[in-house]
Amino acid sequence: MIWQLDFIILTLVIISGIAAISIKDLLGAAVLFGAYSFMMCLLWSIMGAVDVAFTEASVGAGVSTVLFVAAVFRTTRRSRD
Amino acid sequence: MDDILSILISKYNYWGYIILMMVGLYALIIKKNLVKKIIGMSIMQTAIIFFYVSIGVKKNATIPIITHGHNGAADIVRASDYINPLPHVLMLTAIVVAVATLGVALALAIKVYRHYGTLEEDEIHDFLKKQAE
Amino acid sequence: MNKTIGFITVVLCGAMLLLGTADFPHWGDPQSPASRHVSPYYIEKSIPETSVPNIVTAVLADYRGYDTMFETTVIFTAGIACFFLLRIRRKEPIIRYYRHVPTGITLRIEKGAKLPEDSKVFDRIDTLYAPHDLINKTTARLIIPFILIFALYVIAHGHHSPGGGFQGGVILGAAIILFAISYDLRSANRKMSERAAALLSTTGVFIYAGTGALCLLLASNFLDYSALALILGVDPVTARSHGILIVEIGVGLTVMAVMVWIYYNLSSRGQHDEGL
Repeated sequence: MIWQLDFIILTLVIISGIAAISIKDLLGAAVLFGAYSFMMCLLWSIMGAVDVAFTEASVGAGVSTVLFVAAVFRTTRRSRD
Repeated sequence: MDDILSILISKYNYWGYIILMMVGLYALIIKKNLVKKIIGMSIMQTAIIFFYVSIGVKKNATIPIITHGHNGAADIVRASDYINPLPHVLMLTAIVVAVATLGVALALAIKVYRHYGTLEEDEIHDFLKKQAE
Repeated sequence: MNKTIGFITVVLCGAMLLLGTADFPHWGDPQSPASRHVSPYYIEKSIPETSVPNIVTAVLADYRGYDTMFETTVIFTAGIACFFLLRIRRKEPIIRYYRHVPTGITLRIEKGAKLPEDSKVFDRIDTLYAPHDLINKTTARLIIPFILIFALYVIAHGHHSPGGGFQGGVILGAAIILFAISYDLRSANRKMSERAAALLSTTGVFIYAGTGALCLLLASNFLDYSALALILGVDPVTARSHGILIVEIGVGLTVMAVMVWIYYNLSSRGQHDEGL
């Protein structure tokens, strides 16, 4: 467990989480959510939880992002806040 | 100052989890767009999973897969050599439930858009008020 | 005004949680209360009792198998909920777009009249701006078999490496979703129709519950896989390992079918005629 790497990736996770909820374009929010999910997967595999990291990589950065993009494509891409 | 610094370094993981959960809670309460609320809900769920996984970490221990395989009683397995596998099991179920809830929430958002033509919460409120009159 | 109240609430909640962390054990402590009561038993007795080196898979599918059965049911319920929310009858389109394949870029629009669906010269496209991407289609067609084989490997090798039923099922579903994105929703519907997805998801839940009921019929507890030693003809420890593999296959089938089903319903708004 290298704590420097842990700290850097934790900072990146918080930054991409805050960015995903403040961007006005919904497609960009979906893509940033995929990046947030992938950074979480890296964080968990540093802490030794390899099963959980594998699941989050396949579910969060794979299927979940595709479902978000499909829903944004079928409704609207613009949001007011 | 030294005291605070040592507390910060030994427990920064918990602080990171609290910041993430508050970011998710803020998005869930304040934002008016439905898809932003769904993103906030998902951020809260992954923050809680992060907390549980970080509880099970042990110093100088390895991943919970025993390496000597099918040797029967070849080596003694000590519990302090492997990190705690119990939170990982519970969190696998939590990730599954999170993705199922996400699918149903997005289906609800599409249905709301089909009916009202917008995804903003205050516009839907005005529409309902006008319909009630 | 609303924003200020919400912000203050969130800050107060965070401050109270921060006060609560003062009593937490140090991070990485081997004597913390989470690692002392039940989990040393799981770590030390996992190989003598079940002969599965991956402790997480052994605990998930054997010691806590009852929870995993209901988790599979939750995923199945989510698939059914999406189906009931969105599915409507397919409407006949007024304008249909076709593309002439030999010249490549020529488009043709017609109303009302019919064209044969399986003619080789004309390709049906969704909207006027759907591009003709040869690279996407060829690359997807080359890669998808390898993704499917890797997913089956992840399910089967779940005893010795990180993986298991759920991860392999999601990768299987993702391969079929890749096919639906790079080609057409209609071609994916021909390969794996909605009825096939629904039937596969129920088969997965039945495999799991059926294994448990089979152990009941063989005069043991529900989901106690050592009773399968009578059918399989091995000693009880290996029978538990084989029982874990069978239920992981059930979980993988359900998860794959539900992922594909939810994608079909979401990306076509319930009509199953054109996708992303």
